[in-house]
Amino acid sequence: MVVVIVVVAALVLVMAGAFVAVRVSGRGKERRGVAGEPAAPPVARSGPETATAPDERALPTPSVEELEALLRAPAAPEVEAPPAPPAPPAPSAPPEVAPEVEVVERPRLRDRLGRTRSAFSGAFGRIRGRKIDDETWDELEESLLAADVGMSTTTRLLDAVRTRAKETSATEPDELISLLRDEVVTLLVGDTANGVDGDDRTLHMRAGESNVWMFVGVNGVGKTTTIGKLASQRVGDGCRVVLAAGDTFRAAAADQLQLWAERTGGELVRGQEGADPGSVVFDAMAAASGRGADLVLVDTAGRLHTKSNLMEELKKLRRIVDRTPGALKEVLLVIDASTGQNGLVQAKQFADAVDVTGIALTKLDGTAKGGIVLAIQSELGIPVKVVGVGEGVGDLIEFDPREFAAALFSEEG
Amino acid sequence: MFDSLSDRLDGIFSKIRSRGRLTERDVDEVSREIRLALLEADVNVRVVKSFIGRVKERAIGAEVAKALDPGQQFIKIVHEELVETLGGVTGKLTMSPKPPTVLMLAGLQGSGKTTAAAKLARLLKSQGLHPLLVGADLQRPAAVEQLRVLAGRVDVPFYSEATDPVSVARGAIAEAQRLGRNFVIVDTAGRLQIDTDLMNELRAISDAVQPQNTLLVVDAMTGQEAVNVAEAFNDAVGLDGVILTKIDGDARGGAALSVKEVVGKPILFAGTGEKLDEFEPFHPDRMASRILGMGDVLTLIEKVEATFEEEEKRKAEEIVQSGTLTLEDFLDQMQQIKRMGPLQNVLGMIPGMSKEIRNAEIDDREIARIEAIIRSMTPEERRRPDLINGSRRMRIAQGSGTSTSEINNLLKQFKQVQTMMKGMGGLARKAKGKGKKGKGRMKGPKMPSGFPGGLQGGGLPGGGLPGGALQGKSLPGGFPGLDPEAGLPGFPPR
Repeated sequence: MVVVIVVVAALVLVMAGAFVAVRVSGRGKERRGVAGEPAAPPVARSGPETATAPDERALPTPSVEELEALLRAPAAPEVEAPPAPPAPPAPSAPPEVAPEVEVVERPRLRDRLGRTRSAFSGAFGRIRGRKIDDETWDELEESLLAADVGMSTTTRLLDAVRTRAKETSATEPDELISLLRDEVVTLLVGDTANGVDGDDRTLHMRAGESNVWMFVGVNGVGKTTTIGKLASQRVGDGCRVVLAAGDTFRAAAADQLQLWAERTGGELVRGQEGADPGSVVFDAMAAASGRGADLVLVDTAGRLHTKSNLMEELKKLRRIVDRTPGALKEVLLVIDASTGQNGLVQAKQFADAVDVTGIALTKLDGTAKGGIVLAIQSELGIPVKVVGVGEGVGDLIEFDPREFAAALFSEEG
Repeated sequence: MFDSLSDRLDGIFSKIRSRGRLTERDVDEVSREIRLALLEADVNVRVVKSFIGRVKERAIGAEVAKALDPGQQFIKIVHEELVETLGGVTGKLTMSPKPPTVLMLAGLQGSGKTTAAAKLARLLKSQGLHPLLVGADLQRPAAVEQLRVLAGRVDVPFYSEATDPVSVARGAIAEAQRLGRNFVIVDTAGRLQIDTDLMNELRAISDAVQPQNTLLVVDAMTGQEAVNVAEAFNDAVGLDGVILTKIDGDARGGAALSVKEVVGKPILFAGTGEKLDEFEPFHPDRMASRILGMGDVLTLIEKVEATFEEEEKRKAEEIVQSGTLTLEDFLDQMQQIKRMGPLQNVLGMIPGMSKEIRNAEIDDREIARIEAIIRSMTPEERRRPDLINGSRRMRIAQGSGTSTSEINNLLKQFKQVQTMMKGMGGLARKAKGKGKKGKGRMKGPKMPSGFPGGLQGGGLPGGGLPGGALQGKSLPGGFPGLDPEAGLPGFPPR
């Protein structure tokens, strides 16, 4: 309530101010147009203003600190509404005909990154066969920046390369490129000596207990598609998979997941459109334990990490899953490979809200380089676990940092 | 984690602002910082290079205008350059002389084409056109269903068939003629720009229906890739414009700058939220101001103009100038503000808001509670809240379905607001007497000088409560520009 009062008061002021501003600027226009004279020089800053200064100080104007304190003053305590009584579960009937599970050979990352690789080589091609000079470093920097690696991670990588180059007294740009590749790998796999292991990229599940993987991310990154692909793979491995259609906001999102369920042989739990996603997750958990499912994949609505109410909703979903202690094995943040620096902010916010365990990097089959995952791993220590490289069911593969780096900096175009 | 571009620039400019004049070294230093800031805002490296080049050239060559201090001068240059790059003027859709006009949406997967289609249909319908929504995304499971549902929500007819995208598009034209719809919006499947088959398919759709408008839908969070995407789609189908989606996030939208520079076609619309009415024409000047941390004052003013009644505007001004605010006024003003949409969104348009406030959780239901409390008071109580004693409090609590402690809370809070208003009212009168120079550059200690003063030109106080409070420390040294003599970065230059 406090915030609302202050905000409304502020808005009243701003509105009134806006009208005045429009009028003032309008007047200025007229005057200038008519007179055609050079604008009057601004009133000197000393003079009348200085004279008024003491008065201004004397005014009972609260300081920024006071106001911020005001805004932080406790609002009426929020009472969390008791969870809605669970609606009767509405699981889709398991498909009558046993679905044909596509057996697809999973492609290797390197094969899929061919284009990315050549883009990099193209960039580096310009500096090959020359002496190392400032331009060489500029080119390296630009290539990394162009891959969305971001300024701070780029600087970090290049500083490390500079140090190593001095140690090894490298003289050829090729040597720098190979050093850079090593640094990327080091960054991705972590420094095991320091106990930082960035190289746990398995999606965890344990036989004989409830396993839940939750998928979160901003709008349009490919959460539902990733779930569909993973469901297909796990069903193919002989798991019993439940898909929870927790995106009750986007029109037809549940239909989309239903089609995936039918295609893969997973079992869908869905609610009405606009229903409380919490109830869907609750039902899915109940359905999974009732039917002895091995794995529950929880889809959630895309949400911008700046919408605090939606982030609260996400926390609530996690709490519902956590009622079954130890069930939640993975919280995967899905990130589109074409995402820019905002990806790092996304990762930070989602990690703060629901404790993300890994990244699913999607749409890496384009020319987007997905360099933001370097920044995410470097700054937040969240590893990429799976990579989406195409529209087919099999086009979701494990992330191998060495292949990723090798593919990025390979000699062959 | 990242300072937004605006925060960065604020920091840089405050450095220049404290200096006497703009030297070449200053320009170099600031250019480096701007380069960094633009890169962090996801502007493409190539675009950054040329942009910085142009700014530098203008900055070093520029005459030191008499009325400007170096900081203002630089901001003006960067702002103008941004506006120019972003488009200079607001673009328009091309209407076919022979209806129906056809518009095709294209873009990567997940950029927001389907949502944009429905939002666009709603907008066009409100402008008196008769759109038809066409679901030609037969690729993604349930995409057609999604558009069908959205079409129902915006009450616009929908067409699709389970054949192939080209036939759907062709069929849609016939359907539009049959139904007498004069605007056809074709939603297509998301595709990677390097997927030759799908790009050929897009070309085939385009050839089949000859759209007057082919719009690329770009996610505001896109990084360096935006340039490649724009180039490839432009080569394939010839873009006429761009729709920038998801600008309600905290991505600075450098992609907009990249795409605009590469394709050279205007950004026509911007998606500003999940709701179907959160979609508006894109304004390059506003976006530039936003990037420079000047908030979206023009949108705000436009919204205010559209929603506030003349009478209420006059009242608001009076309140601020007299410095007296009663609960009755407060209630009135709240009604007007409510009509502008969720508080959070309105707040986002105010320049110089601190992150804390921008991210504060504002529950619009709180407004209803406050209203209920005030409405449960007698007119006399609203004018003189001091009257409210224990038994009145009890009555008000019962009448409004709240508790006495909530009423206490409100009254206490309101009293503080009143005190501050009074202070500002005094200032306002004083500033008015002094002419136009009572602005953000006043140097009172403890006076967080800044936006409201600057924005309000002469009429209003130079700092103090809400502006100062809301902006916190994010805008040191006052809001630049808006000096009537100096050219207003936040407003179109005269």
